[in-house]
Amino acid sequence: MKKTVFLGALTVAGLAAGVSAAATLEDVKARGKLNCGVVTGLVGFGAPDANGEWQGFDVGFCRAVAAAVLGDPKAVEFVPTTGKTRFTALASGEIDMLARNTTWTLTRDVDLKFEFVGVNYYDGQGFLVTKDMGVSSAKDLDGATICIQTGTTTELNLADFFRANNISYEPVPIETNAEGQQQYLAGACDAYTTDASGLAATRASFEDPSAHVVLPEIISKEPLGPLVRHGDNEWEDIVRWTLNALISAEELGITSANIGELSAAPGSNPEVNRILGTEGNLGEMLGLDADWAKRAIMAGGNYGELFAKNIGESTPIALARGLNAQWKDGGLIYSPPFR
Amino acid sequence: MTTITDPKQGQFRLSMLLYDSRYRAITIQIIALIGFLTLIGWLLSNTAQNLAVLSKEPSFSFMFEPSGYDINQRLLDYDSQDTHLRASLIGLLNTLLVAAMGCVAATIIGVIIGVLRLSPNWIVSRLTAVYVEGFRNVPLLLWIVFTMAILIETLPRPSAFRKGEASMSLWDTVAMTNRGIYIPEPLFSRSLGDMHLLGASALRFDVSLDLLALLAVVIAGFLTSILIKRRADIIQEATGLRPRTWHLRLGVVMLPFLLVLTILGFHLGYPELKGFNFRGGIHLRNSLIALWVALSLYTGAFVAEIVRAGILAVSTGQTEAASALGLRPKRTMSLVVLPQALRVIIPPLISQYLNLTKNSSLAIAVGYMDITGTLGGITMNQTGRELEAVLLLMLVYLAISLTISAVMNWYNQSVTLRER
Ligand SMILES: N[C@@H](CCC(=O)N[C@@H](CS)C(=O)NCC(=O)O)C(=O)O
Repeated sequence: MKKTVFLGALTVAGLAAGVSAAATLEDVKARGKLNCGVVTGLVGFGAPDANGEWQGFDVGFCRAVAAAVLGDPKAVEFVPTTGKTRFTALASGEIDMLARNTTWTLTRDVDLKFEFVGVNYYDGQGFLVTKDMGVSSAKDLDGATICIQTGTTTELNLADFFRANNISYEPVPIETNAEGQQQYLAGACDAYTTDASGLAATRASFEDPSAHVVLPEIISKEPLGPLVRHGDNEWEDIVRWTLNALISAEELGITSANIGELSAAPGSNPEVNRILGTEGNLGEMLGLDADWAKRAIMAGGNYGELFAKNIGESTPIALARGLNAQWKDGGLIYSPPFR
Repeated sequence: MTTITDPKQGQFRLSMLLYDSRYRAITIQIIALIGFLTLIGWLLSNTAQNLAVLSKEPSFSFMFEPSGYDINQRLLDYDSQDTHLRASLIGLLNTLLVAAMGCVAATIIGVIIGVLRLSPNWIVSRLTAVYVEGFRNVPLLLWIVFTMAILIETLPRPSAFRKGEASMSLWDTVAMTNRGIYIPEPLFSRSLGDMHLLGASALRFDVSLDLLALLAVVIAGFLTSILIKRRADIIQEATGLRPRTWHLRLGVVMLPFLLVLTILGFHLGYPELKGFNFRGGIHLRNSLIALWVALSLYTGAFVAEIVRAGILAVSTGQTEAASALGLRPKRTMSLVVLPQALRVIIPPLISQYLNLTKNSSLAIAVGYMDITGTLGGITMNQTGRELEAVLLLMLVYLAISLTISAVMNWYNQSVTLRER
């Protein structure tokens, strides 16, 4: 087994050069498919539905990129990754981009050699406990057994939090969200901790969500965003501006309902025209065609639509926009201008 | 006049490298060697080049950075401010612990099952055959995950103890929960304390002086006991009568031992439900138990077959000759059959021990923090140093395996047939 890992590591290194040297855009086009790394299964963010079709907030972003680049939101190969496998998968070129509630940190950006293209969800780490435990604050968790996904920032925050508050805990390392859910429900751990959004999504899938609460403390900043490999700036630009297009579309009122009408002819708002390619040549600058952003928005709607459809208040996950509202509405979601 | 012409000497043609059977073997070997070396060279240069492109030059300095994560099962003190090196050491000790526990249990299970499988009793031999085939033919990973699932799903949660739905076993000394089993721990009220070795370095460790004292007494006791045996041997040779020594021999080991225990104030600490979990006692975590049980049962099945083969390899003539000499069956087994069977058993047993140790890396499936979980898991993931971490990991497993081999080979040599 060790030997395979070693050869694997060598091939990883071997592949990596091939990939980072060549243009990812060309590879994706030649392949006709976008390889997008997602979670192994977290309803609302990325999970196959009853028909085996991947659905979710992060999945929707993969589809938008595929639509922009390949003209087909279905031309995506979803690669499930765990907290531990995701970075190797990206570094090795097995996936072209990663959209898997991944926190933007300096180490990942600088030392692990990735590029975060932006933030699509401002989050923080929380704790999920059963109501009957009668715990009201994370600081009451002294001596508790806590399930924690390995290879995540949350694992490090957890250690810091308990150290800073001088209380003890017993970590139970787990590999995937499903495993954590199973252990938590069986009572093998008192609390489950991860990003609050992930907790909300996990709780929503329980038989009786009302028996569980997410504790009020948020112990960290977890800006989650899509990322690509370091070194291919053209590809990075495409992924970044696809995200910005979705965000700007919401800000400027471009929705999947009115996009056909708005893109038919140049309208009165020049920025809308530039995004939809009825004016200027922004698509060309990115190495794409004029309609790229239009297709990306049509794939699953603008940022707000993606949010509402997958994790918003009308879904079982019921996340409020909060920090993730548009800047005009008092949130942090903000796209640089299209010009 | 000769009819046979000598083969012409000294004429060497290139084609002979291929067609002359004297050279062919060497030619093929050299070509294969060149091919192999080229492949290795290509892999190495490719790796180096590609790491350089990623600007990730190999470096092991990350091992000296703080790890930042916690480990639940620690045989030595450790916290998240310690280095990755320390975390790897904690993981290594966990690997060695489960490997040692597994090897012992697998050997015991294997010997018992192996002997029982030869039993003339139909039911016993069938049942053991079912065990052997069942465990040999289902992947180990499934057994590990299955055992873990049973532990988690069937045992009561700690909260059930609080509500009175579950209670502790064995006169309230052992708590079996779905987070593991808590057993009493030895404590000393007049402890001698610990000796701290290697200062504050990553390899620091404590030695319990109580343990040392007890060890010293036991060893001294055994040495005395050997002296008593020697004396008995001499008397027996001189007079033909062997004095009764077992009570003396037991006494010289046990009495000082008990005395030191009393002086040190030995008592047991029992687990107690406090807050969310049991505190006190020794906590055998689910992950350790699941891994240990599955590894032992799985490897035990292989060991059973090895033991059975070893016993069958000793020809029945040996047994018959022994009983013709008047040896009782038990003595026949211990004096005639087993020593000969051991020679057959040990070499394949070594590879089972090696397998068990390497298989313990499946620990990851149940979150047991062995060296694959620390160095090859969290450390590798948090630092992004895949190549370095995997290289170190390979070296570690290689070193463990070579050590086990060396020890077992030495033991094997000591039981092989010595021809005079
Ligand atoms: N944001 C953290 C944690 C991300 C993470 O692993 N989240 C979990 C829980 S929300 C998850 O997505 N699990 C899905 C899976 O296991 O596939 C990080 O980037 O390290």
